[in-house]
Amino acid sequence: MSRRRLELAMPWLVIAGLVVVWQGAVQLFAVRPFILPAPSAVVAAFLEYREPIMDHALFTLENTLTGFAIGIVIGVLLGIFIGSSRLVYAGLYPLLVGINSVPKAAIVPILVLWLGIGQPPAIATAFLLSFFPIAVNVATGLATVEPELEDVLRSLGATPLDVLRKVGLPRTMPYFFASLKVAITLAFVGAVISETIASNDGIGYLMLQSASQFRVPLMFAGLMVIAAMGIATYVIFAVLETRLTGWATRRQDTYFGGG
Amino acid sequence: MLTSPSDDTAKPAFVELDGVSLRYGEAQGTLALERVDASIRAGEFAAVVGPSGCGKSSLMKLVTGLLPPTAGTIQVAGAAVKGPLKIVGMAFQNPTLLPWRDTLSNTMLPLEIVQPHRGRLQRHKQEYVALARQLLASVGLAGFDDKQPWMLSGGMQQRASLCRALIHEPKLLMLDEPFAALDAFTREELWVVLQDLWLTRKFTCILVTHDLREAAYLADVIFVMSARPGRIIATHRIDLPRPRTLDMTFAPNFIDVVHQMRNQIGKARSDAREQSAAKVT
Repeated sequence: MSRRRLELAMPWLVIAGLVVVWQGAVQLFAVRPFILPAPSAVVAAFLEYREPIMDHALFTLENTLTGFAIGIVIGVLLGIFIGSSRLVYAGLYPLLVGINSVPKAAIVPILVLWLGIGQPPAIATAFLLSFFPIAVNVATGLATVEPELEDVLRSLGATPLDVLRKVGLPRTMPYFFASLKVAITLAFVGAVISETIASNDGIGYLMLQSASQFRVPLMFAGLMVIAAMGIATYVIFAVLETRLTGWATRRQDTYFGGG
Repeated sequence: MLTSPSDDTAKPAFVELDGVSLRYGEAQGTLALERVDASIRAGEFAAVVGPSGCGKSSLMKLVTGLLPPTAGTIQVAGAAVKGPLKIVGMAFQNPTLLPWRDTLSNTMLPLEIVQPHRGRLQRHKQEYVALARQLLASVGLAGFDDKQPWMLSGGMQQRASLCRALIHEPKLLMLDEPFAALDAFTREELWVVLQDLWLTRKFTCILVTHDLREAAYLADVIFVMSARPGRIIATHRIDLPRPRTLDMTFAPNFIDVVHQMRNQIGKARSDAREQSAAKVT
């Protein structure tokens, strides 16, 4: 096997190795299932309850993606707003940092008070966790446009909107996609936190319910599903990133010399 | 004689600075430029040289209307400069090409902004692409149209940057130390490229530079500035025939002018040092 193929296979080998070690350790030390179930027990629980698990998972996925979509819209608009003016940047940035440093689990009860239980607070929490990195990254991308480039465009009679469209936004794309990878995982966290506190559906609710009944293999099955969804969405945005902003990761292997 | 005092007040000026001062910040702020008078005729190649921090780049921002002067007036093409001009091409030490565009579409960026090209670009795309390719070929970048900027060497990036500054056929080209980051040989190659462009396209050019040989090789008129606050302390006219060759830069009369300017700037620097020393004591 070539080194390149080995490199591609490495993550799977590590995961497979981990599962083997886990299974072996549980059997060797006779760990009781309600402390740590063996992978085989987790898979069995998943197969047994796959329909309710998938229903709950889809509910969580829906909340996550809805909150994430709102997070993208608000985050980008806010980022553009903050990034295009130093005055706005100075005024809003500390407030944003303050809002972001509040533990979101502590906000869920307030959201429940305002929005009721179930889907609305889950979407709201997913949104609250995901918009911040997007806004900050978009603002950073815009704020770091070279002043000379802005001079070039302004001396051509470009409006601020022209500068934003031709330079600001394309330049911000790598920052934007980098933030999406962070934001989507945070959106999952938000949705699950809210479901754990105030919902009758979703993976968060499933986890809490199975914990209260000591159905630990089922808990782990839920955990696996949520992890799989998180990884899948991360991969989607990572692929989009390399497809759309490949110019930002320059390769030096095709370099032309000379003056 | 190679240089003569400026005596062209009779001819119409394209760029006219009259008692221009610039102070950054409030009344107590740094005085960057002090009572600068200068006059550049249409189609003329002017250079501004001086010690670092003499406000050369501020002068560029003033002429293009990106900064308003604190005092004095600036006229370009017979009209007072009130806001950013729209007939200017600019290039800087940093080529500032957009990394997500290839060389051709980097060159064509101004066409997407300047009228009337902006309105015509979509319908006459082929025509404009041909123009851009022709311009790129004239600076030796034929065949590099579809290369990304990071694939080009520094000198090639600077050639592309010059093309971008000229594609919309500006009346005025402003260059802020465009070749300062290049090695000596590439720099001299680009002097020749720039002179060729200027001879065929007949724009007015203002070049800000540290390099006295560069100024003397390229310019018709050179303004020597003092250290901060910048004032024009000497004006040299270079009457060498065009097109000039690099060999001319080694002729005794050329070296004399460069030497003379070197002394003027050296004196300006030592004067500035004495002044700041006097302030301290």
